[in-house]
Amino acid sequence: MNQASPIELPAAPLADAPLIKPKTSKDDRIMVGFILMISLYLLITLAFPLYAMLSKSFSTFSFDLTNFEFQVNSGDGWSAAVSADSLNRELGKYTADDLATSSDGRLGVTDFFPDFSFRSPTLYRIRQIQLDSSFLFGSERVADTEWHEYGSNDFRRVVIRPSSSTGLANYRSYFSTPALFRSIENSLLIAAISTIITVSLAFGFAYALNRSTMRFKGIFRLIAMIPILVPSLLPGIALVYLFGNQGMIRGLLFGESIYGPIGIVMGSVFFTFPHALIIITTALGISDARLYEAAIALRASRWKTFWTVTIPSARYGLISAAFVVFNLVITDFGLPKVIGGQYNMLAVDIYKQVIGQQNFEMGAVVSVVLLIPALFAFSIDRFVQKKQVASVSARSVPYEPKPHRQFDWICLGYCSAVAIFIVGLIAVCQYAALIKFWPYNLSLGLSNYNFEVMDGGGWDSYWNSIQLAFYTAIVGTLVVFTGSYMVEKINGFATTRSAFQFLAMMPMAIPGMVLGLAYIFFFNDPANPLNSIYATMGILVICTVTHFYTVSHLTAVTALKQMDREFEAVAASLKQPFHRLFSRVTVPVCLPSILDISIYLFVNAMTTVSAVIFLYSPDTTLASVAVLNMDDAGDVAPAAAMGMMIFYTNVIARLLHLFITRKVVRTTQAWRKL
Amino acid sequence: MLKKLTRSSLLVACAAAVTMLVPAQSALAATELTVYTAVEAEDLARYAETFNQDHPDIEIKWVRDSTGIVTAKLLAEKNNPQADVIWGLAATSLLLMKSEGMLEPYKPKGVEKLDKKFVDKGAVPTWVGMDAWVASVCYNTVEAAKHGLEPPKTWRDLLKPMYKGHLIMPNPNSSGTGFLDVSSWLQMFGKKSGGWEFMDRLHKNIARYTHSGSKPCKLAAAGEIPIGISFAFRGAKSKAQGAPLEIIVPAEGVGWDMEATAIVAGTSKLEAARTLVDWSITRKANEMYNTGYAVVAMPGVAKPVEHFPPNLLEKMIDNDFEWAANNRKAILAEWLKRYDSKSEAK
Amino acid sequence: MTESIAPAAQTPRVYLRIDRLTKKFGAFVALDRVSLEVFEGEFICFLGPSGCGKTTFLRAIAGLDIQTSGSVEQDGLDISALPPAERDFGIVFQSYALFPNLTSERNIAFGLENQKLGKAKITARVAELLELVGLPEQGDKYPAQLSGGQQQRIALARALATSPGLLLLDEPLSALDAKVRGHLRHEMKLLQRRLGVTTVMVTHDQEEALTMADRIVVMNQGVIEQVGTPTEIYREPDTLFVADFIGEMNQVKGRVESETSVSIGDIRLASRPHKLAQGASAVVAIRPEDIIPHGAGARSAGTTETMADTGNTLDMQIENMEFLGSFWRVSLWHPGFGDDRLRADMSINAMRRLSIEEGSSIQVELPADRLWVFASESR
Repeated sequence: MNQASPIELPAAPLADAPLIKPKTSKDDRIMVGFILMISLYLLITLAFPLYAMLSKSFSTFSFDLTNFEFQVNSGDGWSAAVSADSLNRELGKYTADDLATSSDGRLGVTDFFPDFSFRSPTLYRIRQIQLDSSFLFGSERVADTEWHEYGSNDFRRVVIRPSSSTGLANYRSYFSTPALFRSIENSLLIAAISTIITVSLAFGFAYALNRSTMRFKGIFRLIAMIPILVPSLLPGIALVYLFGNQGMIRGLLFGESIYGPIGIVMGSVFFTFPHALIIITTALGISDARLYEAAIALRASRWKTFWTVTIPSARYGLISAAFVVFNLVITDFGLPKVIGGQYNMLAVDIYKQVIGQQNFEMGAVVSVVLLIPALFAFSIDRFVQKKQVASVSARSVPYEPKPHRQFDWICLGYCSAVAIFIVGLIAVCQYAALIKFWPYNLSLGLSNYNFEVMDGGGWDSYWNSIQLAFYTAIVGTLVVFTGSYMVEKINGFATTRSAFQFLAMMPMAIPGMVLGLAYIFFFNDPANPLNSIYATMGILVICTVTHFYTVSHLTAVTALKQMDREFEAVAASLKQPFHRLFSRVTVPVCLPSILDISIYLFVNAMTTVSAVIFLYSPDTTLASVAVLNMDDAGDVAPAAAMGMMIFYTNVIARLLHLFITRKVVRTTQAWRKL
Repeated sequence: MLKKLTRSSLLVACAAAVTMLVPAQSALAATELTVYTAVEAEDLARYAETFNQDHPDIEIKWVRDSTGIVTAKLLAEKNNPQADVIWGLAATSLLLMKSEGMLEPYKPKGVEKLDKKFVDKGAVPTWVGMDAWVASVCYNTVEAAKHGLEPPKTWRDLLKPMYKGHLIMPNPNSSGTGFLDVSSWLQMFGKKSGGWEFMDRLHKNIARYTHSGSKPCKLAAAGEIPIGISFAFRGAKSKAQGAPLEIIVPAEGVGWDMEATAIVAGTSKLEAARTLVDWSITRKANEMYNTGYAVVAMPGVAKPVEHFPPNLLEKMIDNDFEWAANNRKAILAEWLKRYDSKSEAK
Repeated sequence: MTESIAPAAQTPRVYLRIDRLTKKFGAFVALDRVSLEVFEGEFICFLGPSGCGKTTFLRAIAGLDIQTSGSVEQDGLDISALPPAERDFGIVFQSYALFPNLTSERNIAFGLENQKLGKAKITARVAELLELVGLPEQGDKYPAQLSGGQQQRIALARALATSPGLLLLDEPLSALDAKVRGHLRHEMKLLQRRLGVTTVMVTHDQEEALTMADRIVVMNQGVIEQVGTPTEIYREPDTLFVADFIGEMNQVKGRVESETSVSIGDIRLASRPHKLAQGASAVVAIRPEDIIPHGAGARSAGTTETMADTGNTLDMQIENMEFLGSFWRVSLWHPGFGDDRLRADMSINAMRRLSIEEGSSIQVELPADRLWVFASESR
């Protein structure tokens, strides 16, 4: 035995040593600082506005009859003061429900006097007891507690205004108005039908791409992605040109009107198709070829193999695609606005309540109602996606399709049909944009591009949109990537991190309209120190970044998860600050994903309507909103023209992205190719 | 050498002084007014330009949008107004703001020269009208002929079965023009029942309701529908563009609203705002409005506008804006109950 | 013991002193009051099954997951609460964690670049390290262009670049195939000797630990079972766990007879001294290679013995024989053993000499000094 013998252990019994309070490193502090900043960002841009909106939906208005007193003088002196409430009790005229109203509510006072005649010589006095409401004489607002005297002819011009409180009255009134809650049914129905059609179509398309050896796959892939590059309302415009009363092929509808469910569903299928396709292609792509070999060995028919192998292995993809499409359709605003006719949908109701009737409270209520199916669809999607990840085994062998003449021809035919639908709608838009005056002057020209004389902000809005898209791409990528880096790579702070994760997931469940409305409530409050960004490009950028946060965040997280978990530990052991690792390794390695995030943000910022419709200002009119407004004003051709400008811009942005990515890959990703 | 140096440095100093002074001066001179408006986009530049001919020191920063959005914006900003002046917004909307106490009462110079209809009835008016915005029917002769329709002469003509599915009108819940139609029918045909009976029957003929007031006329112009209930101004414009339109003013009379001007309470630029409002009711301003609108606030100014129906002024009903504003909520609720909930059941 | 490997220094200095280190994850205790001293220049292996706490221990030493309580002292300094960047160590992970977008050179230079060294100095140091790990030609390659073993060596070079006082290795060889692993074991050991850097390696591979370590720390369920040189651990296991985890060990149920004897069934055997109480049930343990075959059984197997001293020699029946190349593994049975069997490794020579075959009986000796007695509930 020598010195290498077992060392003497400290004498038993072992007492616990004092607890260690780890000293945080500078890096840790900086990273916590960042994560707090970005959490704060999400709180301010998401949680607080939503809270403001929620509280708005509970802000109720009702006529407080106890606050108004009357005196009557029929020539024999003034009667004793009597409150409107006791008059109402005597008459049994209004129930409590009748007295619930909106902020704009007005109630005539003559109804409290059954024998009122505006020709009588009777004099009336009215006063408020407390200052928390008001009444109008004509449109003159009276908000004091003095007695006011009116002759009978004037007295009929007196209406009382509601006072505000909080409660569920708005929701009660929503659900007791069939015209309003009917929209829930409509929205669910349209979303469900569109989902079934889109997912089926996309599945067929993805199946053909993955499982056949047909030609032109690359072109089909490109065409299928076109709808992502245009605002969702553009297909609506194209459909009007195709199937409207002057439509080119209106006969195909057999007399049905395109304005309504048919139009919404067709347009929805168009704009959700690529989203479904991406998910389903991925799901089919990870199917295990070994299962097919087994099926062949078992002499299963193609048909049987399809139902026992293909569908089950893609089921999570299908479910996920279904809920994504459902969510997109139910929250979309542009399309039903353009082509929905009277067919009420929740997202349009918000617009109608806020813009048409200035009833913000009811707008908030509809927003909350719209949140529910959206949240539901979103949570199911998240749940399913988690499952899917777990079901992919690392040993799977990718499927290699074998040529099969007949099947390949069927696939080619099918994909061509879908491609014609997509390209057709876009081509119709471009054609419409060039026609001088449909359908009476079919000569071509660029007069529809003279946006200056139309609603929507002219060419400025186009440049504004590019600016917005550019800033959104830069700011968004920066915020999103930094945020996801912090949340992925920081040690400890489990609660903060999971809270952040939750916040980062939320935007996907929040319809754009709801977000935009929430922003008005929150940022336009003069008490809000951030009030100054209201009506600036800043708020548009923030809103757009927040609206599209989730997908960007997930992209970043996926990229970061592929990085070795120990890089940070290695860097720390080498005494290198995290920012050096971040700039030397993390960012270069993740560059392709970072570029993906920025193009995603750019394209969406170009096309988004719903989130920014409440937020743009005259200096920051946007192309996508201009499409909506021009269409709304009946300038359909210029709307199509602007829509096509957005399309071409996005195509150029995409090409640029492709070019830069190639270049970047060549210079910084050389190691990948090895 | 030294001389050269001094001279050039002097030059530089001068240039610097000038460049520093010039913007400072112009900044001093120009007051910037934020003006909310719903006036057609193509007219805005002309309005500002004409105004600046007389008042070059006031710079107008337009905030333009459709009536609904501007109104919603103003109401949303109630506690924190961004606008100094509202120039060219529906009087109905201004009444709404007035009853919220959002407008600054002001009696502009020369207000007595205006038609009384165009001035707020308050002791000190809170708003003054500019021009009238009159309902009418846009009738596409080509499409109508295809369907064998005859041009309607009255509102009641539109109830005839032959128009079934060939009519389009704005939804009063989302369009000010729509509300204007509805409130005028109620005033003309009976507030309690007559108006609603008319609309019940009209509803059977309506193909659909649009969200925008100008859209029915544009749709008629595009042949998308033979008949669009809209307003005359829009019809005239489309006609000028070459649409086969006829603008019909129904014999019973037509509803109207006016574009009006008001000062937003609490503006920090009251002087400039008053200057603008004073100018907005001058003869020159009224002549300016007349290029697009056949009926303007100052009597005797209006010259006939091309494509406008000539008898417009006499067909304008005696619109009770106050009644319309105070009963708006009830009317819309009733409309919603009657037509919107069953609108998809054809 | 004679073959002990002495640490580099003559009078060993304690370089790392760990005192009652505890790490809890919620209610789960991953490390329970672990204490250890590591001498300067020593190569220490933490060995144990997965989940025994060895990696937690290493990460606590590195400051990557700081312990709940207990202290770590490195080179006389208390570093218990310090973040990793303020400690002095280099580390190699199982995945190597090489930066994929940097060449080998840049990877190695990563830790040198902001130390105010001149460019030339860095280049020289990188070249020196590449030389050291035997990859002088691979400097401009990206990690993906290197084999697993080469990557491992680059990772090692990167960890050594800043000349840390302590080298931590977290399963550095387990991602490699067996042949490369064997080769690298040897190389790493030589390198460590040459540099004299105090090294702590985590492994679950006993062979790796036995061949590389100066001392092995055997861990189980968050505590240290035994610390010792490889031979000590192998030859003198303190606990049944260590005995069982390292190498092969026969285990037969028995009963304590005295401080130096034990009985299996009714066979009484002399054993190593132990501290178990008389009459307690115990586990009798012997390594397969320690069973000495003496010749064909004198008595027919199964004959009941008296409780006499048999000189630890038994007649046992050969139930089964398995040829394992350099030796035979023989399964032996005795009626007194009940369901237990003894595995014995016998050389091919012995087999031939004793003409052993399945079903025959054999006389074997279970040397008393190779016969352990452990408390039976110790498992």
